[in-house]
Amino acid sequence: MKQIIVGGFGGQGVISLGLMFAYAAMKDNLNTSFLPSYGPEMRGGTANCSVVISDREVASPVISRPDLLVAFNTPSMAKFLPLMAENGTAFVSEEFAEPYKGRADVVAVPLHALCGENPKGQNIVTLGAALAHAGLSMGAAEEAVRQVFKNKPQFLDANLRCLHAGAEWAKKAVRA
Amino acid sequence: MKELRKGNEAVAEAAIAAGCRCFFGYPITPQNEIPEYMSWRLKEVGGHFVQAESEVSAINMVYGAGGAGVRAMTSSSSPGVSLKQEGISYIAGAEVPCVIVNMMRAGPGLGGIQPSQSDYFQATKGGGHGDYHMLVYAPASVQEAADLTYKAFFRADYYRSPVMILGDGMLGQMMEPAEIPQAIDPATLPKKEWAACGHNGGTQRVINSIFMNPDDLEAHNAHLTRKYEEMAKCDVMSESYRTEDADVVLVAYGIVARICKAAVDMLREQGIKAGLFRPITLFPFPYDAIRKLGDGGVKKFVSVELSCGQLIEDVKIGLYDSKNRPQVGIFARVGGNVMKPEDIAEHIKNGEVRSSWIK
Repeated sequence: MKQIIVGGFGGQGVISLGLMFAYAAMKDNLNTSFLPSYGPEMRGGTANCSVVISDREVASPVISRPDLLVAFNTPSMAKFLPLMAENGTAFVSEEFAEPYKGRADVVAVPLHALCGENPKGQNIVTLGAALAHAGLSMGAAEEAVRQVFKNKPQFLDANLRCLHAGAEWAKKAVRA
Repeated sequence: MKELRKGNEAVAEAAIAAGCRCFFGYPITPQNEIPEYMSWRLKEVGGHFVQAESEVSAINMVYGAGGAGVRAMTSSSSPGVSLKQEGISYIAGAEVPCVIVNMMRAGPGLGGIQPSQSDYFQATKGGGHGDYHMLVYAPASVQEAADLTYKAFFRADYYRSPVMILGDGMLGQMMEPAEIPQAIDPATLPKKEWAACGHNGGTQRVINSIFMNPDDLEAHNAHLTRKYEEMAKCDVMSESYRTEDADVVLVAYGIVARICKAAVDMLREQGIKAGLFRPITLFPFPYDAIRKLGDGGVKKFVSVELSCGQLIEDVKIGLYDSKNRPQVGIFARVGGNVMKPEDIAEHIKNGEVRSSWIK
């Protein structure tokens, strides 16, 4: 079972990244639940979501100790990192990973560099980078990206490139 | 085919599949996806959607459409469902089938918009005036939300009674893979010989809830009571999880029962014999099933709820003549907060039996 929390500012693709984890899990024939925070969230406010992936029936969709944390901002890191399970891994943007330097369980991802010409693709780069940790296949992740962009086909290729860039980078830079 | 669906949208699509062709609602968080979905989806199947000017209007439109024989639904969240209570009482009195969805948020009053189970009494003990009940289904997953919504329309027609789907903000907002039951064509359903549909060949059909003669009203009350007694015999549903050898049993419904399931697994790993009892129908409450657990070896029951001590009352009623006199306690979070599996496991390990949810 994998318990994933994604946190960040509204507008950073927090909810859609959570959704893509859940879609990909479905494509890999796993059970999954996706629970978004909801409320007076807005662009610039905080947002987070919980995803559970399991080969058994998902019991609680509410997570207390994530195995996998994706944090797109400092407040999310401060809120969720102390909750992380033993042997858990956090993926954070390189730009604010400085305080966590030397921690083996925090992976600093050079999101800006890996996004290339698609600055909005940070969440998809992270999907690629965290894919192996989430125990999901590249084929399923590609399907998930296609699903999320089914009404915006013009952005699909750029985002698939982000997915692959993240996964390629992780192969070299992150030990599983 | 299974698709990743939001709880609210699964409820809406399952209603369409069950032949719901009229929806009347008024916006309120966290159930807005239901009317939003119905606003475009009903048009596709030749149905009717009205965003009413208030919840009071919406429930009375349901009364009208249901009275005309159409499968009809309304949805809201706690403060909105309070506004519907007068209409629900009239609908129950007039024996009009319909489905009402309450995706609960925390109260009282305007309260907050985060998940809660604080409308348990309102849903199960007759929220409006007069002696009435309705079937209350409490789904614990997106799949079950779809299945029970579908079933609700059939049971509503069978009993000529309102049926409530009682979920919470979490269930409404979360997404899980779910399959919608096979769609039916409402034209193939049996004709409702009682319906005031205006095509009766000149015979008058009257649907109302007024009985000015006490003897007539008493006979009507007896007729309604027989329905509720039949529900208690035929419709009651519950799930037991790892209760066979359990010393302590958590009692919870809806998504909270899922959180309890994870807590049960944690406790079992630590050698504590815990189990879960989950009512699926809240009215009728599975009193017999919980009493059987009490008559077995269970020493302690803990009501785990997002309310200040509502579910626990039915747990106590179920166990009152249990021969072993098991202890009954409560563990609750309210206000829109939700407990985590670890919180429940920790509470059970402490061994404390609380009579009040306040620490």
